[in-house]
Amino acid sequence: MRDILKTNVSRRAVLGAGVAGASLLAMPAVLRAQDKSLKVGVYGGYFKDSFDKNIFADFTKETGIAIESVAEPTGEAWLVQLEQAAKAGQAPADVSMMSQVAMLKGQSTELWAALDTAKIPNATNLIDHFVNKYPDGRIAGIGAVAWYITLVTNTDVYKEAPTSWNALWDPANADKLGLLALVSNSFLLEVTAKTHFGGTNALDTEEGLVKAFEKLAEVKPNVRLWYRDEAQFEQSLKSGEIPMGQYYHDVTGLAAADGQPVRSTFPQEGGIMDSGCWALSRASEKVEEAHTFINYMCQPQIQSLLSRKVGTAPTVKRDLLDLTAEEFAAVSSDIEPIIPRYDLYTSKADWLNQKWTEMIAG
Amino acid sequence: MRREPPQKLADYGPLFFPAGMLIVFFVVPFATMIAVSFFRRDPAGFYSPDFVFDNYARFLSLFFGKVLGFSLFLAVAVAICCVVLAVPFTYLLSRAKRKTQVLWLVALLSILSLSEVIIGFAWSTLFSRTAGITNLLVMVGIMNEAVALNPSFGAVLTAMVYQALPYTVLVLYPALVRLDPTLTEAARTLGASPVKAFFTVVVPALRNTIVATLIMVFIFALGSYLLPQILGRPQHWTLSVLITDQAIYQSNMPFAAAMAVFLVLVTLGLVALTVYAGRKGEAA
Repeated sequence: MRDILKTNVSRRAVLGAGVAGASLLAMPAVLRAQDKSLKVGVYGGYFKDSFDKNIFADFTKETGIAIESVAEPTGEAWLVQLEQAAKAGQAPADVSMMSQVAMLKGQSTELWAALDTAKIPNATNLIDHFVNKYPDGRIAGIGAVAWYITLVTNTDVYKEAPTSWNALWDPANADKLGLLALVSNSFLLEVTAKTHFGGTNALDTEEGLVKAFEKLAEVKPNVRLWYRDEAQFEQSLKSGEIPMGQYYHDVTGLAAADGQPVRSTFPQEGGIMDSGCWALSRASEKVEEAHTFINYMCQPQIQSLLSRKVGTAPTVKRDLLDLTAEEFAAVSSDIEPIIPRYDLYTSKADWLNQKWTEMIAG
Repeated sequence: MRREPPQKLADYGPLFFPAGMLIVFFVVPFATMIAVSFFRRDPAGFYSPDFVFDNYARFLSLFFGKVLGFSLFLAVAVAICCVVLAVPFTYLLSRAKRKTQVLWLVALLSILSLSEVIIGFAWSTLFSRTAGITNLLVMVGIMNEAVALNPSFGAVLTAMVYQALPYTVLVLYPALVRLDPTLTEAARTLGASPVKAFFTVVVPALRNTIVATLIMVFIFALGSYLLPQILGRPQHWTLSVLITDQAIYQSNMPFAAAMAVFLVLVTLGLVALTVYAGRKGEAA
């Protein structure tokens, strides 16, 4: 799943979008028959396929609104496209799934139309931090899906599961870790702050950030691999070559279910929870349909369906879900998560990146 | 046939196509990159057209100096290793039977069909503790226990030499095939051993080819960004790795462009220096 989130749009997605576009052009009658429609941008590839198959068809059946799903590239390419199109009064997609950093960047240019919660009654189901707000309180986006990065280990090498992120600092783990290579996708500063400085608020000041960097630099002797490419770490984790590290909870769970000697542990300080939001472009004219769509997506049974079929963590409260304990554990945890400080990656992006690169490569 | 200088505009016709290709595929992209390197970075957005030196100023630091130094050192090391291995190999190859030559050349060409990703992952498996070559050494009894050979500088160097060696051989091959065999025969009749003849006759006769090959492999190796990432530690990351980080992950095109322009300038400078030193050496 994260392959899709981190890389650009796959060739298959482009081909798929092309075929979909061509068939729409070829069948104008179909378009006319559906007087209500909505263009929804989702990450191309696995995500789009899963949503098309499991979610969108049912939505159309229930509401009569036809969904035209658009394969969007990840990273900031889609944000830039939406932004430039909005300046020209166009919306390549009405509603898009956006990363948290992209949400904040879009806020700075008022790209997102404010959402009206009166038209999204199901938004009350959501866990509070999944509602993305402008500084003045208007709602910019509503949580779509979430996923966890946790502490993973090879079960052949570690008979006992580690219990805390502190394992990263343990001298016994010298040269055994695989960690993500970028400050903006590893979220290790947040982990350091939560584990050693009482919470991510410790990162509020530059002084606090420097302290976190210094503490984090202590893990360097334990790190064998700083990875950008997930396949590289996943393979080494399965073989025991690199027996511990940070990785995606759902993918690790799937590998374990396949019989691989790996496990994913939610440390006592919490797993790292990253997420995507539904956001409406200010250039869109499908405001009503967009609200109906977002409201539909916030239903507990839809979130349960996503957890079962796509492997994402639900954005609505646990007690509203009909997931069994096992199904819930496969995608999430009751331990309070570490929420990344997305604000830092917009306000201090270059400074953090520079410090980070100097720390790991210096 | 007499060659006349072109008289009319139409005589220059055949030049238009290559010139056009050069402009479209090299001059325009490169000029765009130079322009972007002076643009203003907007951390909350993308970038805006401007004329600022911030991106270059950020690059001029001890940290980036060290990374640049390492990148140049790595590229030089790869170039020297490749040439040291390839010259004797290609010399022997050019003296071998035709069938042997064809077989070797086909094998070398097939390496070129491998992508950098496949080469990187193959070597990382070969150098691993769990499935790597050290397991063979343990089996034979040379080593007591299997160890991991990557990530390390040696692993990066090995894979990069592996990747560049076919190019080196293919560039050296025509020159060595054309080398007059009577030169070495004369040396042998005058009493030189084969090794001595190789070093005193073959190598000096190929001086220009070898220098040209060194430069080619150097530039080829300088652009590598995948192998140092897969097989090296962060201190073995080249400037190209950091350029990729800035361009793709940080959306900082102006800074990435500034670093790339700097890398190109340093490379051109070094190549010019080599050529200049070569000319001087010839004149002396």
